[in-house]
Amino acid sequence: MTDAMTRHIRLAAAFCTLLLLALLVNATRIQVFQSRPYDDNPANRRQTIARYDQPRGAILVGGRAITGSRDSGEQLRYERTYRNGPLYAPVTGFASQEYGTTFLEHSEDGILSGTDEMLSPLPLWNDLTRAQNPGGNVVTTLNPAAQKAAYDGLGTRTGAVAAIEPSTGRILALVSTPSYDPGALSGNGRTANRSWARLNSDPDKPMLNRAVRQTYPPGSTFKVVTAAAALDAGVVTDLDAATTSPDPYPLPGTSTTLTNEGDGCADAPLRSAFEWSCNTVFAKLGVDVGVRNMSGTAEAFGFNDTGVRIPFAVSPSTFDTSVDKAQLALSSIGQYNTRATPLQMAMVAAAVANGGQLRQPYLVERTTRRGGETVSTAGSSRPVRQAMHPATAVQMKELMEDVVTEGTGTNAAIPGATVGGKTGTAQHGIGNSGTPYAWFVSWAQGERDMEPKVAVAVVVEDASADRSDISGGGDAAPIAKAVMEAVLGL
Amino acid sequence: MTNAGTTVTADLPTPAVRLPRRRGIELTLIVVAVLLSVYGYCAVGLARNGTVPPGAAGYGAGLGVLALLAHVAVRLRAPYADPLLLPIGVLLNGLGLVLIYRLDLETPGDRAAPTQLVWSTLGVTLFIVVVLALRDHRVLQRYAYVCVAAALALLTLPVFFPAVNGARIWIRIAGFSIQPGEFAKVLLAIFFAAYLAANRNALAYTGRRVWRLQLPTGRVLGPIVAIWLISVGVLVLERDLGTSLLFFGLFVTLLYVATGRTGWIAVGLLLAALGAVAVGRLEPHVHSRVLDWLHPFASIDAGQGPNQLAQSLFAFAAGGLLGTGLGLGHSILIGFAAKSDFILATAGEELGLAGLSAIFILYGLLVERGYRAGLALRDPFGRLLAVGLASIVALQVFVIAGGVTGLIPLTGMAMPFLAQGGSSVVTNWAIVALLIRVSDSARRQYDMEVAA
Repeated sequence: MTDAMTRHIRLAAAFCTLLLLALLVNATRIQVFQSRPYDDNPANRRQTIARYDQPRGAILVGGRAITGSRDSGEQLRYERTYRNGPLYAPVTGFASQEYGTTFLEHSEDGILSGTDEMLSPLPLWNDLTRAQNPGGNVVTTLNPAAQKAAYDGLGTRTGAVAAIEPSTGRILALVSTPSYDPGALSGNGRTANRSWARLNSDPDKPMLNRAVRQTYPPGSTFKVVTAAAALDAGVVTDLDAATTSPDPYPLPGTSTTLTNEGDGCADAPLRSAFEWSCNTVFAKLGVDVGVRNMSGTAEAFGFNDTGVRIPFAVSPSTFDTSVDKAQLALSSIGQYNTRATPLQMAMVAAAVANGGQLRQPYLVERTTRRGGETVSTAGSSRPVRQAMHPATAVQMKELMEDVVTEGTGTNAAIPGATVGGKTGTAQHGIGNSGTPYAWFVSWAQGERDMEPKVAVAVVVEDASADRSDISGGGDAAPIAKAVMEAVLGL
Repeated sequence: MTNAGTTVTADLPTPAVRLPRRRGIELTLIVVAVLLSVYGYCAVGLARNGTVPPGAAGYGAGLGVLALLAHVAVRLRAPYADPLLLPIGVLLNGLGLVLIYRLDLETPGDRAAPTQLVWSTLGVTLFIVVVLALRDHRVLQRYAYVCVAAALALLTLPVFFPAVNGARIWIRIAGFSIQPGEFAKVLLAIFFAAYLAANRNALAYTGRRVWRLQLPTGRVLGPIVAIWLISVGVLVLERDLGTSLLFFGLFVTLLYVATGRTGWIAVGLLLAALGAVAVGRLEPHVHSRVLDWLHPFASIDAGQGPNQLAQSLFAFAAGGLLGTGLGLGHSILIGFAAKSDFILATAGEELGLAGLSAIFILYGLLVERGYRAGLALRDPFGRLLAVGLASIVALQVFVIAGGVTGLIPLTGMAMPFLAQGGSSVVTNWAIVALLIRVSDSARRQYDMEVAA
């Protein structure tokens, strides 16, 4: 009898062993074989928690961090903070626990959050130690003085400024107004939700980065491109020779005529036509150059390029390549379908200033580990494009200098520096009813500099309530001047 | 040794040899268990704040003193007891306190570790009382019907109290939540063991034969089935299906061990299948558990976020082979019941498969020592009691660990010793005390025979 019971107990024990084995096998299944898919399940918050578990790397301007991290003590621990948030918002974008990331915070997220594999000291090191790299730093090309000058210059007005170093493509200033404090979106609580709703419903669109994500009709500033195309194509060979251009100019194939604001544009030579921004002369020049050459030059300047990244994407500026002659005439004075971002127009000025060579603009000088060791640099191997002949560039510089010394852009003149510029006033809206946009593009070279140090584009959307006051020379040129002075240190 | 019959006495040449009592081994293992627990406590503090938590010395001393008192009691009154049982209890209880303390850091407004420590103290006290007062486990046989009456009363009690989280299994007295069903399972084990020990011949060898199954007479089977039905009925009313499953498993196991009729297993499985289908149909609560088990990520696909089981699986997966380290996981995402039913997920995430396997093996050892005592004993009641108590631990671990790892549908139940829950800790200490007692008897009877 006892023996029988012993056998039963043994069998029951074997059954318990079976249960134990089942538990062990199942635990192995989950913890080893299913581990990866479960870890990567988007509903698993662990990766999000890990992301915010350490301070985010800093974005640096002029050697100083313009971002920080705040320990919220919550589950998603560190929240992004910004020093001078509104000033740098078009560059940094926001890094929100709820709404994702934009601009540099987005395109450099791998470095800033510490997930970029380049940050780890040894390959596979982190896989072994389960350690996380501290967030790396992003050193920008911005010039803090120029950025501030541009932001203060725009003040309460709506507009944007982009400034580039012509010889390298380094972006010195990138400003958009009205701006916002990206720090208001950092967290995940009700405050962040309210800020998000408020910013999105704001009719002034403070989160729109007008310097790179908004295209405007460039108006007369586009005449820089048209003049360069005319000189490159040999349509104009002598800046001071009279052109055969009627005033008013009947748009080819239509009964519409084009007029000018001022007098003396009929048959005006290129120099004075540029100086006084004669629509009739440039409209006809565009037609004379032809669609192919106009498009060629515009695209060499960067128009119709959908792949511009600085490192975040820039909205493509457009020059319509399938147009009739009337449309080409309008396109050539920066109307019709011609549209440009402020950054694109700064690139136009930079190409002129840099002897016709266009350097691709960029915003990130280098990225580093938290300790400061360089991870990657922008380098000097960035692509260069010849936007116009060097000889054309020399002539274009001359034309732009004249605008500032005696034309529509005298407001941008800086004592002790050579400044070239071009004003623009772009009509827009149905029947041109909208408040015109004031444009100014320019470059400047200090007396002791070997080459131009800065190229700027300024656009002011609603310069003032009084329409007659709006002009590139009146509203935009002083802002450009302040930016150029800041860069030149004058 | 296990089959020591009457012949053994005659064969042994020298009666002077005494079996080693192995109390020194027990003491050493207890010291190791306490040190491991203190190390875990410190590891949590170091990982979270970079410093050893201020209470470390007090925690270690408290656990150490409790374990030592228990050890002294064993030395005094159960010197032949199995030396593994007490250290395993101490280590599991200590580890449970570490895990609860660790989860308390995530919920500063709701600290469970101090209460758990109080309950652990009560549990060890009960352990000491049982070891000191209960000189012979056979005494319990006399109180079989008292036990069953008390068990049924305890099971019925919570029906008169308000439901907590959908289950009527708690009663609240003076700020303490008590789960009477926990105590009931030990009492039921005693009753089953006593009743089956007394009636196993009648159960095994009488009654009609249907096909190849030998059915017992209704007179013998009646009371036991009635009591089992009542207990399960009460549990279904209280919606505590884990305990219901445990009782059923215990009942079938003991019936099989006592009678050896495989027919019981067939009847048991049939009853279980019928019960499962009926409950699954009638109880939406259970039905949803089964659906969760089949599709743990359904709520994610439905856009409602991960449910508790999915969060639990995420936690285990995050642990991987070696775990994140104590204090560094995020098992608190499980939310409600993270410290009780889902405590194992914290162990799985922070200690990894390695630590989880170690915990499973500790439970396995505890069960194995119980079965070993059952094999060594001679009186049927003692054997059934040891097997019953060990089976309670085995089944409970399987039901809850299988539930939170997605092996079987999840039913709420406390992980023995680890989980937050005072009644459970106290009950588990009672189980260990009874196992100490029966293992002591098993060894002592042998020693006495040798001495005779």
